[in-house]
Amino acid sequence: MNEWLSKLQFYLEFPFVQYALVVGTLIALCSSLLGVTLVLKRFSYIGDGLSHVAFGAAAIATIFQLTDNIIIVMPVTILTAVLLLAKGQNTNIKGDAAIAMLSVGSLAIGYLLLNLFSNSANLSGDVCSTLFGSTSILTLSENEVKICIVISGLVVFTFILFYNKIFAVTFDENFAKATGIKAERYNFLIAIVIAVIIVLSMNLVGSLLISALIIFPALSSMRIIRNFKGVVICSGIISVLCAFVGMIVSILISTPVGSTIVVADIVVFILSCASSKFFRNGG
Amino acid sequence: MAYMSCKNLVLGYDGRAVTRDLTFEVNKGDYLCIVGENGAGKSTLIKTLLGLMEPLEGSITTDEGLKTYEIGYLPQQTVVQRDFPASVWEIVLSGTLAKCGRRPFYSRQEKKDAEENMKKMSIWELRKKCYRNLSGGQQQRVLLARALCATTKLLLLDEPVSGLDPKVTTEFYQLVEGLNKEGITIIMVSHDIHAAVQYANYILHINQKQFFFGEKEAYLKSEEWKLFQ
Repeated sequence: MNEWLSKLQFYLEFPFVQYALVVGTLIALCSSLLGVTLVLKRFSYIGDGLSHVAFGAAAIATIFQLTDNIIIVMPVTILTAVLLLAKGQNTNIKGDAAIAMLSVGSLAIGYLLLNLFSNSANLSGDVCSTLFGSTSILTLSENEVKICIVISGLVVFTFILFYNKIFAVTFDENFAKATGIKAERYNFLIAIVIAVIIVLSMNLVGSLLISALIIFPALSSMRIIRNFKGVVICSGIISVLCAFVGMIVSILISTPVGSTIVVADIVVFILSCASSKFFRNGG
Repeated sequence: MAYMSCKNLVLGYDGRAVTRDLTFEVNKGDYLCIVGENGAGKSTLIKTLLGLMEPLEGSITTDEGLKTYEIGYLPQQTVVQRDFPASVWEIVLSGTLAKCGRRPFYSRQEKKDAEENMKKMSIWELRKKCYRNLSGGQQQRVLLARALCATTKLLLLDEPVSGLDPKVTTEFYQLVEGLNKEGITIIMVSHDIHAAVQYANYILHINQKQFFFGEKEAYLKSEEWKLFQ
């Protein structure tokens, strides 16, 4: 135990580890906020779809050798999210099919482009870290950390500001529309926020594991809490704790960051399922 | 002038008409029941009255101080709502949201409105309970309280008693009747024709086109009523 503590202390002195912890916690908080809404609106898979699109965009950014690939990734992902969420009901291809199509499509194109044009010596390493986020969280520059703090601040602020409207649109869109609330506008907002969160989370867990970060905390807290505000707050807490514990563990026993966090989320989910069963039987 | 008058409505999706020739009006204090078989266009009519979709032809005009968004709506339950983790209080309060306008949070007035309507529907004691754990009748009361938060003028009920047992159904009808006597105009869509003729004072019978619109007494003597038996 002592040995581990001193090891932890040793690592915590490095600025890149501190950056990783700060950014990781913030990303975890943001991604859990909209999780509840996405799960309830039956959009759980959208995180996955969008993250693959973000992967494709990142591949293109790499080919053009942009240092800040967020310039391309962010707008492309936002655009896709808007098309999927805001226009989802009116298109000829229904929601889930559209997501599946876009996600595998951009995954394939992204990998293909990387293979054709990349000058990198370690291509599969690059791809692997984009997909599973294995190292990118530990290689953040000070600038990226600042961007991340500002964006997560904005996400949390927007969510709190529109919390009541998001609740109304999630619970009963038709009622909201009938009483004169511009539901489309809020769907649009949800789409943009979710895209922003996904681009942020790519750093932490990589594009394949983002869905886990978004849905697991929401599903866990829905098992134990019975009102919307409680569920949102609880999933925020679960998500932050899991991300923090996951990162510490991955530093101590050198496991990949993203998957360790997701495993922590899975453990909490199983625990919450068990506890909700227990309480239901007990009372 | 009437609260709401519809002239020669043709309703449908993607340019294909589901129902046509609807001409009727709703006056303040009316209790109108819309009846018809499945597929007759009842849900489409509801959506149009709520402003969720546009009529293909014809016009809907509102008057007497009723604005388009002052219709309280009691929807049929959706799948999402059945496992939605929300407390009764949160749901009823969300009915006042339109009154907030650009304000992001609820004011004291809106919370008071919500409280009054919950007491009126005798669900105040349930306010901390989770919506999905309530019985069907209690859930309908919650949604009714929410609709009342949105309006005091006109309520639109979409198949409100489907899935309720007979006792709760009767209680629910009496509750709505009480609201109507207080001066709230009611439009109810139902295929429970017997309840319709018992409680409503106007009947609109549709079946791809308008079959009948008029007072209940006239309806009971009409051919359409006999056909339905």
